[in-house]
Amino acid sequence: MGVRESIKRVDAYDKVTGAAKYTADLLPTGALVAKVVRSKIANGRVLRFDLDAAKAVKGVMAIFTCFDVPDIEFATAGHPYVLEKEKGDVYDRKLLNERVRVYGDDIAVVVAVDEVAAARAARLVKAEYEEYAPILSVADALLPDATPLHPSVRPTNLLTHSSYRVGQGTYEEAKTSEPDLVEFEAEYSTQAVQHCHLEPPQSYAYMEGDRITVVSSTQIPHIVRRVCGQALGLPWAKIRIIKPYIGGGFGNKQDVLYEPLNAFLTWKLGGKLVKLEITREETMACTRVRHAIHAKVKALARKDGTLIARKIEAYSDQGGYASHGHSICANTVTLFKQIYHDHLVTEGDGYTVYTNHATGGAMRGYGIPQADFFVESMLEDFARKLGVDPMAMRLANCLPVGYVDPGTGISAYSNGMRECVAKGRALFDWDEKRKRYENQTGDTRRGVGMALFNYKTGVYPISLETANCRMFMNEDGSVSLQMGATEIGQGADTVFTQMAAESVGVSEANVHIVSTQDTDVAPFDLGAYASRQTYVSGMAVKRAGELLRDKVLDFAAFRLKKPAAELDIRADHVVRKSNGNPYVSLADLAVDAQYNRERAERFFAEASIDCHENTISTGVTFAEVEVDIPLGKVTILNILNVHDSGVLINPKLAEGQVHGGMSMGIGYALFEELLYDEKGRPLNDNLLDYKLPTAMDQPDLHAAFVELEDPTGPYGNKALGEPPAISPAPAIRNAVLQATGVAVDSLPLSPQKLVEYFVKAGLIKEVAQHV
Amino acid sequence: MFDIESLYQATGIQDAIRALQADERAMIISGGSDVLIQCREGRLAGCSLVSIHGIPELMGIEQAADGTVTIRAATSFSHIANHEIIRRTVPMLGDAVDQVGGPQIRNIGTIGGNVCNGVTSADSASSLWALNATLELHSASGVRQVPIRDFYTGAGKTVRRRDEVLVALHIQKKDYDGFGGCYLKYGKRNAMEIATLGCAAMVRLTEDRRHVADLRLAYGVAGPTPLRCVNTEDAARGMKTDEALLLHVAAGAVAEVNPRTSWRASKEFRLQLVSELAKRAVRQATLNAGGELDV
Amino acid sequence: MFKTLTMTVNGAEVSIPVDERESLVDTLRNRLGLTSVKKGCEVGECGACTVLVDGEAIDSCIYLSVWAEGRRILTVEGLKSPTGELDPIQQAFIDEAATQCGFCTPGIIMSAVEIVGTGKRYSREELRKLISGHLCRCTGYESILNAMERIVEETYKRVGK
Repeated sequence: MGVRESIKRVDAYDKVTGAAKYTADLLPTGALVAKVVRSKIANGRVLRFDLDAAKAVKGVMAIFTCFDVPDIEFATAGHPYVLEKEKGDVYDRKLLNERVRVYGDDIAVVVAVDEVAAARAARLVKAEYEEYAPILSVADALLPDATPLHPSVRPTNLLTHSSYRVGQGTYEEAKTSEPDLVEFEAEYSTQAVQHCHLEPPQSYAYMEGDRITVVSSTQIPHIVRRVCGQALGLPWAKIRIIKPYIGGGFGNKQDVLYEPLNAFLTWKLGGKLVKLEITREETMACTRVRHAIHAKVKALARKDGTLIARKIEAYSDQGGYASHGHSICANTVTLFKQIYHDHLVTEGDGYTVYTNHATGGAMRGYGIPQADFFVESMLEDFARKLGVDPMAMRLANCLPVGYVDPGTGISAYSNGMRECVAKGRALFDWDEKRKRYENQTGDTRRGVGMALFNYKTGVYPISLETANCRMFMNEDGSVSLQMGATEIGQGADTVFTQMAAESVGVSEANVHIVSTQDTDVAPFDLGAYASRQTYVSGMAVKRAGELLRDKVLDFAAFRLKKPAAELDIRADHVVRKSNGNPYVSLADLAVDAQYNRERAERFFAEASIDCHENTISTGVTFAEVEVDIPLGKVTILNILNVHDSGVLINPKLAEGQVHGGMSMGIGYALFEELLYDEKGRPLNDNLLDYKLPTAMDQPDLHAAFVELEDPTGPYGNKALGEPPAISPAPAIRNAVLQATGVAVDSLPLSPQKLVEYFVKAGLIKEVAQHV
Repeated sequence: MFDIESLYQATGIQDAIRALQADERAMIISGGSDVLIQCREGRLAGCSLVSIHGIPELMGIEQAADGTVTIRAATSFSHIANHEIIRRTVPMLGDAVDQVGGPQIRNIGTIGGNVCNGVTSADSASSLWALNATLELHSASGVRQVPIRDFYTGAGKTVRRRDEVLVALHIQKKDYDGFGGCYLKYGKRNAMEIATLGCAAMVRLTEDRRHVADLRLAYGVAGPTPLRCVNTEDAARGMKTDEALLLHVAAGAVAEVNPRTSWRASKEFRLQLVSELAKRAVRQATLNAGGELDV
Repeated sequence: MFKTLTMTVNGAEVSIPVDERESLVDTLRNRLGLTSVKKGCEVGECGACTVLVDGEAIDSCIYLSVWAEGRRILTVEGLKSPTGELDPIQQAFIDEAATQCGFCTPGIIMSAVEIVGTGKRYSREELRKLISGHLCRCTGYESILNAMERIVEETYKRVGK
């Protein structure tokens, strides 16, 4: 009972029987169907539409174009609202956009009686454009004569530049700070990838009275409500968001995607029920992606591997709209300074730049998988250059115990990085394998590689951290638990149930969590992101449980005529604190309290947390690969993640989080990449051409933990949801390096790219050529 | 719901032919895994379909007294892959169709559809080329037997007329008896994949099991249609089964293929695969034929 | 364009009007309320809509409903026993935490029904191939394979072929 137990998921029964309802499963009959009309160019302006043919399609009810929507620009990032608007997200898009910035931009929308009519009409909408040359790289976007994509918010395509310098002096000065320093320079880059949650974004909207309800597959219902209000120019509480079970999000649904447009449609159509389903292709091309980032890094070290100074410049391809914007690139350059300590100075510059690619947004790891690829490739390559053992060099320089970020004050209250390495090293048989794979020859070679990471827990102090929890006790002694925090597949409902059980003193079977968030009913929470919920929302559960417990014990003291201080709740009973002997069951006590004619009471508690803490999670990936050189194919033979995420609330579910993150990391390393042609048109916006790993593309995934109790976590816990996706890619890359001696400087390690590298390195000698 | 103008479910081959003649826009749908996707994309929106799905006389596998193996066109990949006749006579073809898409697609996709859509990446096509399969087409004007080498006319194009139904594929005994075969599919993933390159090799050995009596080498995605490397095959006959043979087929294949650069893969990369897969497939085919390789 | 379709769904014969342009996933979801059958891609690439037709797993998004005439359809809703007990496959998925967001779960369970139904023993590598028509972004397939390995083994011991 309580935390640290691998109880079964509270939603598992409903999910294996089909009883769990997702947005599309709840749609009432008779809905009108909306279909977004998308631009056929990546950069330009819509001049006019010819809607005659589209309107003539039988069953079309309405067509709205970019000339029909409110002249209101809004921001879509799933961030807390910022009272000083200039410090918050960038308001740079409308419901439909006349100025086209992405191939497939939302320029109009058709509403029809069924999907065939909607799709036919959408194909027949003719748009006339003023077309500009597509801007498909950060370098092109920053050219002096590049067309600014958002002149109303930025004079050039540079969305944001931020920089830091920590330590003494400058990087340049550090070069001459002592004799015999070795310098290393490199450039690394990462690709755009997509979340590929199995359930595409879905919503439907209707009105009751003058209020709009949107049922949507989102990670952030309360933020969606606010942004819908902003986008439509309505008071926020005129909007009601209902979030049922969702089929994954991974950050894409930490953005306000199409809910405002869906709300607009029902609003303009007299409150009629309108559904807006986004197809897989639209999801991949027109929602959000993980930012492609290019980095230039420099480092100075002593010959023994002691890092003296480092510098990173990161250039993040934002795509057409700001969304989460520079928050991601800022995170990227921040990791660079956190994960390793430089004896003298660390410098970072981050640039986030608008282009005509798909918009970058939040995705599991939020800029850190990119950063980790840069820094862990750099460390490996630098160690090779210095001739020192890369693991030893990592351990000598990595995140110090007691680390405090000088910029934000974020602290590693617990730091198990070295314990993770030690545990993984033994479990993985690292030393033996590393030695065995030295100096191989032949077409098939093996190697091992590793990569460290660290990750913060939640967003404080960069953003607000707040959470609420409500509990009441039913007449049968069970506890109803309401959260604003969302279940998105990660197991939030289960761990909240365990926390409530722990905090109140009841069994999990007697906790009934409401999985659905309805903003009219659910307590306020910011939602599922930043690996924050077990930490921040967990604090709210703990506090609410304590409040509820106090109320129950106060009533029990009244009824039992004993001091409350001598009482406790354990295993669904009020007991004598000193020896655990039961006095009365909660079932008897609660019904008595509810209907007591002398003192009737519904035990009820609500806790509001304003969290001013953050702590750092750490971990490591070890990977063993086999490289088929002539075919450019990497097979992962063995992979292990070891995590320092504090106390595990539910070890089995924690393992599941690690497996899923590792799989995502493997896809990032070897397979996944969004491709565009020279017009900015997506080439592989479907699940056949975009290579999500199948069960045949990865080995068994191994997870291990070191459970240091974090003093700030409500139950000693800290971030876990995102971290597993961070370090697999650089570990795999470094394993390929050991196997072949080839240091690949970009992701993914796709076969064609590897063959090109192997030819250059002389590993493939007889290059097949046409005569 | 698919944007289909009309759908007619045929009751048999003759009924399908009649329906195709009655509506000059009508086209055939069989397993549906290609046609329905194109309907949804809009490419075939508003189409008229004659469905030959589930017609019993189009399904099944038999072996005639003379050894000829007949696969009826609407037989699904999964039924071919594990069929006793296929495992016994042309296991390479069974292995090839067992690599199409994933299990659910293999339960619905048909070998006839795989061939008739005319694409070079069809997993069955290179094996069928190596096996010299004959395609039996029925129409109102009668029945014709088309050797597979005459079937493809270009990317996505075949000699099958719109109102013709592919009824069966035949493989004669001389085209499989005594051969060892191997199909290698190269994709970025190990499942749910469209081939970056497909290579089918067949080897029949001389009595001493040290020399090539016959060799066949076919590719998918090495040109606009599936193809055979006939010059390489001719020159391989009589060669000793050793490293030189592998180098010969690799170099020969590279000279005979014609892959192009697309966003999926560059020509150079495909040529590297052509060369490497030729070696690996011929090596495995030789072993499967009961031979050894002195390497 | 409407036709009357007669088929057996989860053990019961149904006769319903369908638009002949409908996919089986739409018919099952919209006309029969069988919403366990999920739509993840609509082109047969993700496997979320997998159901059994005459015992074989297919992607119901690329299967015309009219083709189901006279056939037996099975979805996850049809797995529980008449008294409400879970199928052992469902129980294995619960016990092994093989469901996270749950969106791919009903489809994979239906493939598992076909696989387990053979009564054969499969290695973990064979199971990987047998579920390779399903994409899951949450689990890395690890817990799913654990559940399947367990239930395949238990079934083999009971009815082994």
